[in-house]
Amino acid sequence: MVTFHRLVSVAAPLLRANVDTDLIIPMDRYLMAAREQMHHYAFETLRFLPDGTDNPDFILNQPPYDKAEILITGANFGCGSSRESAVWALYGWGIRCIIAPSFGNIFYNNCFQNGLLPVVLPEPSVTTLAQLAGGNASPVFDVDLTRQVVTVTDGAEYGFEIDPKRRIQLLEGLDDIGVTLNQLAAIKRHRREDEIKRPWIYLK
Amino acid sequence: MDDYTFFDKVWDQHVVADLGDGFSLLHVDRNFIHDLSGTRALQNLAGQGRRVLHPDLTFACPDHTVSTAIDAPHTGDRYEICVDPLRRLAADQGIKFFEIGKHGFGIIHVIGPELGLTLPGGLIVCGDSHTSTHGGLGALAWGIGASEVAHVLATGTVIQQRPKRLRLNFHGALQTGVTAKDLILHVIGREGVAAGDGYAVEYAGPTIRALSIEERMTLCNLSIELGAKIGMVAPDEKTFDYVSGREYAPKAALWDAAVAFWRTLESDDQASFDLELQVDAGRVRPQITWGTSPEHVIAIDETIPDPAEQSSTERKQAYAAALEYVGLTPGASMQGLSVDQVFIGSCTNSRLSDLRAAAQIVRGRKVADHVTAWVAPGSFDVKKAAESEGLHDIFEAAGLHWRNPGCSLCVGSNGETVAAGQRCISTSNRNFVGRQGKGSRTHLASPIMAAAAAVCGQITDVRQLMEP
Ligand code: SF4
Repeated sequence: MVTFHRLVSVAAPLLRANVDTDLIIPMDRYLMAAREQMHHYAFETLRFLPDGTDNPDFILNQPPYDKAEILITGANFGCGSSRESAVWALYGWGIRCIIAPSFGNIFYNNCFQNGLLPVVLPEPSVTTLAQLAGGNASPVFDVDLTRQVVTVTDGAEYGFEIDPKRRIQLLEGLDDIGVTLNQLAAIKRHRREDEIKRPWIYLK
Repeated sequence: MDDYTFFDKVWDQHVVADLGDGFSLLHVDRNFIHDLSGTRALQNLAGQGRRVLHPDLTFACPDHTVSTAIDAPHTGDRYEICVDPLRRLAADQGIKFFEIGKHGFGIIHVIGPELGLTLPGGLIVCGDSHTSTHGGLGALAWGIGASEVAHVLATGTVIQQRPKRLRLNFHGALQTGVTAKDLILHVIGREGVAAGDGYAVEYAGPTIRALSIEERMTLCNLSIELGAKIGMVAPDEKTFDYVSGREYAPKAALWDAAVAFWRTLESDDQASFDLELQVDAGRVRPQITWGTSPEHVIAIDETIPDPAEQSSTERKQAYAAALEYVGLTPGASMQGLSVDQVFIGSCTNSRLSDLRAAAQIVRGRKVADHVTAWVAPGSFDVKKAAESEGLHDIFEAAGLHWRNPGCSLCVGSNGETVAAGQRCISTSNRNFVGRQGKGSRTHLASPIMAAAAAVCGQITDVRQLMEP
């Protein structure tokens, strides 16, 4: 598993609320493309013009944001379908951190499975950061998971909260399955006891 | 005095280990896997050389990518990439696979309850966000991502942070022409698509008690459109009646023990919730979405909102962009808007009661010439049941296409799509940009509203076609 400690990058402002996973990766791409190819289709409907060329108005097509590893976006980012390919597409594109006031629940979970850091900040802070990111100076952002702070070039610091468990998962790049299998005895014991308590769950 | 919520009781019964910070390792009773995330997860697992720990609690069905055309050959790219590996890997791991065109096959959220696999108080996960549907029977169910599916396959458990609890209390009787779909769309419109974020929702109150089990499933299905992963209704006599006698449901002495246990699950009188909201269900009218988010919804006799009148800049922009995409103007009525396609189906509204209600509206009428209307039953068994009572004859006589079961036009993952610029009134759950196909314009509504649009050729207040 990949780890996440600290990231220094320009940030792309994409300030719209309720960006859904269908918008991040359309279903037909999710279906047919390999995980490694998914990023070719990230934000496909926004990124390309009908003739297939890059849409110059889309922020991720404009330098320096085409190299941005941070996305600053609106509330409820990643709502909708559970497709993990939305995370794969963004990660493959180069996005390592997304800053938003809130996230779609399943998308948020999926980020941690793939080494992508979702940062939740209050709406006014996100708006300020997006304005800074979009300004002429296009400053560099420093996202430090160890200290749980986002710092902008001018020195303003924004602390963020994150569950300790999830923080460690990213810092150490833990493989969930491996960690859980350490508890195999407890899992098996639970099932044995449950088969007595709720036998109807277990089909003969 | 006990003060546990229904949700907490079921959650606690499944805790294998406390992982700290509010996270638990939870035992999974049913892991439903499908041809998208399920296939990918099984492939990952095989790549790691890992085995499925509880194949007997895992059930596979390729609902997303199958064609619902009556004469489809079920071959080609989609099958080779998604369906065939699922069938093969399921067999390798000893997992029950519901075969296309056979008894048991269908949309997972339809077949789970129908087969008696979904049980009250059970913990169900699936790599699909509408897993909340199973909450209609009193199961604790939510959607997970492909990595989590692999985790459940390998460990029989899921890691989850305990959500907060939200109870939505519904009062009042539904008016004629108003369905469970309208009820939940109304709530989403009022509260917004992020209102349920971080919560497990319990739907409660006299209105909910009066709903059938299939209606409760429709309600719980759209929990994710309210921002909540989990939506549930505590089981009652109706639930037990529904489950009783189903293929995989407990029988005889086991049944009695199960029911006795299930009766203890409802929220205690003293239980407290992190948030409680009230809904006056008696005032809800038939709903229709106008935009590109489920919260972009109005009652059929209201007019399309004006972006200029929205509170924030962000909202103004979102409304304007949505209206541009769907090609509508503020202040206009949705009634009379011409539609190109009608889709009756999806895990939201493809059960027998949905089809009966839609058939009632189209009976003796004709689909407008310019409209293509599809009915895709939720499962093989729903299809058979509908045919045995002649519903397919009613649909076909009216000019609707009677299809095979599957996700179909809900998501366009099986090659069935709405063309760019075309307007589709759909009984599914998402009206996102491009959801039903690139450039497609979706308006969500109930099965009877969709049926009314089919025969009128335009969006219509279904109450005008109903006996008073
Ligand atoms: S019918 Fe639609 S929402 Fe339901 S499982 Fe299939 S694709 Fe998902």
